[in-house]
Amino acid sequence: MTFPVLTLTLLAPIIAALVIVFLPQDEPKTVKITAALGTFTSLALSLFVYFAYNKQVGGFQFNETIAWTKDLGVTYALGVDGISLPMLLLTNLIGFSAVFASWNIDKRPKEFFILLMILITGVMGTFVAKDLFIFFLFYEVVVIPIYIMVVIWGSSKRVTKEYAGMKLTIYLLMGSAFLLVGLVALYLQSGADTFMITELAKRSATMLPKDFQIIVFGLMLLGFGSLISMFPFHSWSPDGYAGAPTAVSMIHAGVLKKIGGYGLIRVGIYVLPLGAKFWAPVIAILAIANVLYAAFIALAQKDLKYVVGYSSVSHMGYVLIGMFALNMVSVDGAVAQMFAHGVMAALFFSMIGFIYEKSHTRYIPDLGGLAHQMPRLATGFMIAGMASLGLPGTVNFIGEFTIFLGSIKVFLIPAILGIAGIIFTATYNLRVLANVLFGPRRPEWDHLQDIKGPELVPLFVLAFVVIIGGVIPNLLMDMVNSGVHSSGIAAVIQALGQAKGGIF
Amino acid sequence: MIRMEASFQWAWLIPALPLLSFLIIGFITKKWPKLSSTISIAAILTSFVLAVWVDFGVFASGVGAELVEKPYQHVVNWLTFSGVPWGLSAAPLNIEFGTLIDPLSAMMLFVVTLVASLVQIYSVGYMHGDKGYSRYFAYQSLFAMSMLGLVLSTNLLQLFIFWELVGLCSYLLIGFWFFKPSAREAAKKAFMTTRVGDFGLLLGILFLLNKFGTLNFVQLFHMMTPEVKAMVAVGGVSYLTLTAFLVFIGPIGKSGQFPLHVWLPDAMEGPTPVSALIHAATMVVAGVYLIARIYFLFQGASPAALEFVASLGGFTAIFAASIAIAQNDIKRILAYSTLSQLGYMVMALGVGSLTAGMFHLMTHAFFKALMFLGAGSVIHALHEKQDIWEMGGLWKKMRITGTTFAIGVLAIAGVPPLAGFFSKDEILSAALHNGHPVLFGIGLFTAMLTAFYMTRLFVIAFMGPEKAENHPHESPWVMTLPLVILAFFSIVGGWAGIPEHGFAYFVRPWGSEFEPEAMNWLVAGPSIIVGLAGIILSYIVYYGKASDPVEAAFPRVYKVLKNKYYVDEFYLWIIKHIVDGIGKVLYWFDIYIVDGIVDGLAWIARSLGSLFRRAQTGQLQVYAIIFFVALIVLFLAVTYGEGQLHALNPLALGGGK
Repeated sequence: MTFPVLTLTLLAPIIAALVIVFLPQDEPKTVKITAALGTFTSLALSLFVYFAYNKQVGGFQFNETIAWTKDLGVTYALGVDGISLPMLLLTNLIGFSAVFASWNIDKRPKEFFILLMILITGVMGTFVAKDLFIFFLFYEVVVIPIYIMVVIWGSSKRVTKEYAGMKLTIYLLMGSAFLLVGLVALYLQSGADTFMITELAKRSATMLPKDFQIIVFGLMLLGFGSLISMFPFHSWSPDGYAGAPTAVSMIHAGVLKKIGGYGLIRVGIYVLPLGAKFWAPVIAILAIANVLYAAFIALAQKDLKYVVGYSSVSHMGYVLIGMFALNMVSVDGAVAQMFAHGVMAALFFSMIGFIYEKSHTRYIPDLGGLAHQMPRLATGFMIAGMASLGLPGTVNFIGEFTIFLGSIKVFLIPAILGIAGIIFTATYNLRVLANVLFGPRRPEWDHLQDIKGPELVPLFVLAFVVIIGGVIPNLLMDMVNSGVHSSGIAAVIQALGQAKGGIF
Repeated sequence: MIRMEASFQWAWLIPALPLLSFLIIGFITKKWPKLSSTISIAAILTSFVLAVWVDFGVFASGVGAELVEKPYQHVVNWLTFSGVPWGLSAAPLNIEFGTLIDPLSAMMLFVVTLVASLVQIYSVGYMHGDKGYSRYFAYQSLFAMSMLGLVLSTNLLQLFIFWELVGLCSYLLIGFWFFKPSAREAAKKAFMTTRVGDFGLLLGILFLLNKFGTLNFVQLFHMMTPEVKAMVAVGGVSYLTLTAFLVFIGPIGKSGQFPLHVWLPDAMEGPTPVSALIHAATMVVAGVYLIARIYFLFQGASPAALEFVASLGGFTAIFAASIAIAQNDIKRILAYSTLSQLGYMVMALGVGSLTAGMFHLMTHAFFKALMFLGAGSVIHALHEKQDIWEMGGLWKKMRITGTTFAIGVLAIAGVPPLAGFFSKDEILSAALHNGHPVLFGIGLFTAMLTAFYMTRLFVIAFMGPEKAENHPHESPWVMTLPLVILAFFSIVGGWAGIPEHGFAYFVRPWGSEFEPEAMNWLVAGPSIIVGLAGIILSYIVYYGKASDPVEAAFPRVYKVLKNKYYVDEFYLWIIKHIVDGIGKVLYWFDIYIVDGIVDGLAWIARSLGSLFRRAQTGQLQVYAIIFFVALIVLFLAVTYGEGQLHALNPLALGGGK
C-alpha cells in the first residue's frame, strides 16, 4: 500500500474541523487560521498530486482500495485521473480562497468554519471516489452544511434566505434521489455486484441494453442536469447564490455545480454511452437555451449576485454542449471550461462578497465608482469580469474556444447560436464593470476600505490561476487531454462514432 | 533553406520587453511615477531599436524578396487539443505561438514601435501630474505588447488572442479617466462594438480550423489548392468565400468600417495621446493588417468577397468624410477622418492591391499620429478646450505645433511630395486599373472632401480670429519633439514607394510576382487637382469666419451630418428596447413561469402533506380499522392475485430479469 495521499487530502479539513470544535468560542482568529491551515494542506497535497501525476501513463493513479461492505460490493476506492484532478485542484483552490473570503465573519465563526470544512471535504470526495456508492455518500455529505450555512449566514434580498436555502437543498436532494434510483438500477442490471465505475462501464456494452441506458441516463440527466443548472432546472441557482454567504456561493458556483458535469461525463457518457447519444441532441438544444436565455436575463438584473448567478447558468450551457457534442475536442473543452468557470465564478463571488460586506448593498444602481476607493478590489472584479466574457489571456477563453471548436462540428446551428452568446455575455459583464467600478466618485462610499491582508488571498490565488491558465494553457490542457484519452471516455466516443457535421 | 539574419531570432523580444515593463510597473514601481514612465519608454525604445535591426535584416540585406516566398518562422507549441487528427491537414490539432517575419510584419514593426515610442515620450509632458500616471504607462506598455504580438503572429488564433488584448487595452485606455461617465461609456462601447465583429472572426477561425486542421498562415497558404478553392459550403457558396466573409466581420468592427464604426469617434474620450496611438498605429489598423495577413484567403474566395470588401471600404470612406465636415470638436474631426482613411485602406485591399493598402496604412500612421498629437498640444495649451470655434490664432502662438500640423494637413490632403500623396495615388490607380471606376470616383471625391475638412480645421483653429480669453503657449519639448519627428516621416514616408525596389517590391501578397509600376500621371494629376481644389475652397469658405457658413447655408443637411446620420441613436434604440426588452421579458418568464412551476410543485407537495396529516389523528381506533382493512386486502391479493404482484418488481420495471 502506498502513501494514502488522497485520503489525507480529504482528511485535512476534517482534522481542522475537529480542532476547531475544541477551540474556545471567543478565539475567532485561531478558528480561521486553523481552517486556513486545513484547506492549505489539502491544496498543497492536491497540487502535489496534480504535478506528480504521470500523464503519459494516464488512467487512475494514487489509487487506494479498501473493501468496505463486502456483501453489498461497496469499496472505499479512491483514485484520480486527468478529469478528476483538475476538479480536485479546483475544489481546493476555491476552498482555500473561501476561508479568506470569510475572514471577516464574526457571527458564530466556529460553527461556520466547521461546516465549511465538512462541505469542502464532501465536494472533494465526489471527485476522487471511484466507487459510485462512495460518490453518492460524499454527495449527501455536501447537502447538510449548505442548508445550515445559507439559513444562518445567508442574506435575504429578492427571496428570503430560508426560501433560498430550502430551494438549494431540495434541488440537491432531488438530484440525489434520481441518482439513487439510477445507481440501484445500474447495480442490479449490470450484475457486477460492485459499484466501481470502471467495472460498471466494462459491462455497459454487454449487460446494459439500449432502452435501459436511455431510461437510466434520463434519470441521471434529471439529477445531474439540475445540479449543473441545465435549463429549465436552473432556477435554484440565482436565488441560491443570492441567499448564500460568500463562501457557499463560491463553492457552490465554483465546484459543486461541476459535480453535475463531472457525473454526466464519468457516469453518463462513460457507463451509459448509448443513453448519452440518445439524449445528446435534446441536451444541445437545452444547452443553447441556457447560454442565451440566461445571458439575456443577466442583462436585466440589478443585484450583483443575480448577475453572476444567471451568468453561471449561461456558462454551464457551454459545458453541456461541449460534453454532448461527444467528440474528443469538445469533451476536453467541457472539462477545461468547468475548471475555468469555477475559478472565475469563485473570484467574482469573493469580490462581490467583499463589496457587500463593506457597503451592505449589492444593488447595482446604488453602487458606482468603487475603483476610486477600492482599486485592488476593482482589479479583481475586473479580472473576473474579463474572464467571464472569455477574454483571451484568461483560462476561460481556452475552455470556450475548445468547446466551440469541437461542438460546431457536430451541432452547427446550436453552436453558432451559442457562440453568439459571447456578445451578450460581454454586454452584461461590461455593464456591471462600468456601473459598479467606474464613474464619478461617490462620497457615500468614501468610508470603504480597500481589501487588504488576508482579504487579498482570494484575489491573488484565483486571479493568478485565471491568468496563468490562459497564458500557459497546456498546464491544464495536457492534464485534461490525458484524462479524456486514458479514462476510457475516448474509446467510448470512438465507438459511438458521432456523425460528422454537415459542412466540415 | 532561407538565409536567416541573426536579428530574427531576437524578434520575440520586441513584444516581450513592453510586457516586462507592464509587469514591472504593475507590481513594483507603481508608486514612483517618474520611474514607471522611464521604464516604459526604455522598453519601447529598445523594442524600436530591435525592430530597426530586424528591418535591416529584411530590407537591406537582400533577403526581403525571399521572405515574401518563404517567411521566417520561429514557433513553440502553446495549446494541445486532445491530439486527434483534425481537418485536411490530418495532423494532431495544436496551436503554436511564435514570430513570423516577412516584409509585411517587418514594416508594421517599424511603424508600431516608432509611433508607440513617440506617443509615450509625448505622454510624459501631456500626462504630467495626472493621478494615474504610472497606471497610464503600464497600460501603454501592455498596449504596445499586444499590438506587436499581433503583428508577429504566426497563426490566426495567436493573432486573435493579441487582437482581443489590443481591444482590452483600448478599453482600459479609452476609459482611463474612468470618473468621467462619457469615458466610461465610450470604453464600453468600443469593447462591445468590436465584440460584435469578433463574433464573426471567431466563427471564421473555427471554420478554418475545422476544415484545415491548422491556423498557421504559411501552412494555410500552401493548402489553397484548386480543389480546396472549389469546395462548396452551403447553397453553392464556396467554403473559402463563406470563411472570408466571416473573417472580414472582425476587421469591420476593429477597423471601424460601416456599420460598426460608431465606437471610434467616441474613443477620443481617452487621453489624446491614446487617441493618437489607437487611431494611427494600433487597434484600428489591426483589422487592415489582418486582411493583409490572410489575403490569400480572399484571393482564393470568389471575387464577390473582395468586391464586398472594396465596396464597404469605399462607402465608409465617403460616409465618414461627409460627417467630418460638420464636426466642431477637433478630435472628432480627426476621428472621422481616421474612419474615412481606414475605408480607403480597406478599399485598396478590396480592389486587389495589398501593397497600396499597407502603404497607406504606413503613411497614415505618421500623419494621423502627428495630427492627433498636435491636437493634444493645442488642447493642452487651451486647457481642455476642444471646439475649433473657440480656438483661433494659434498659428502665431504655437509655431512648432502649427507648422507640423500644417504638414499633416497637406500630407492627408495628398499634396506632393508629402507622404499621403504617394499612398493615395497608389490606391486610386489600383482601383482604376483593376476595373473599379466607380470606386475610383468615390476615392477621388473623398480625397477632395478630406482636403476640404482638414483645411477647415486648420483655418478655423490656427488662422481664425484670436480669442482674448485664450492664452495659448507652445508645449514643452517632450511634446514638440515627437511632432517634429512625425512631421519628418509625414514628408518623406511616401518616398519609400518611389524606387524600383521600394515598398511595392517588398510588401506584396505571398507568392505574387512583383510588377514594377511607373507613376501614373492620369491618376496623380486629378488627385492633385481635387486635393488643391478642396484646400482652396475650404480656405475661401472658412477664412476669417466666426461661425460655420455651411451650417447657415444648408441647415438640414448639416444637421444630419452633425448627428452622424443618426446611426448611434438607432443602435441605442435597439439596445434599449429590443435587447433589454427581451431580457426583461425572459426574466419575467423565469420568475413567474419556470420558477412558478417549481413553486407550484412545492405547493402541491405541501398541500398533499397537510391533507395526509389529517390521517394522523392519533386515535388508536382509526389506526386499528385501517390496519385491519389493509390486512384483508393484502390477504385477498396474495390468495387470488398471485403472479400479478410481479409487476411491482423494480427489476421488471427496468426491463431486465
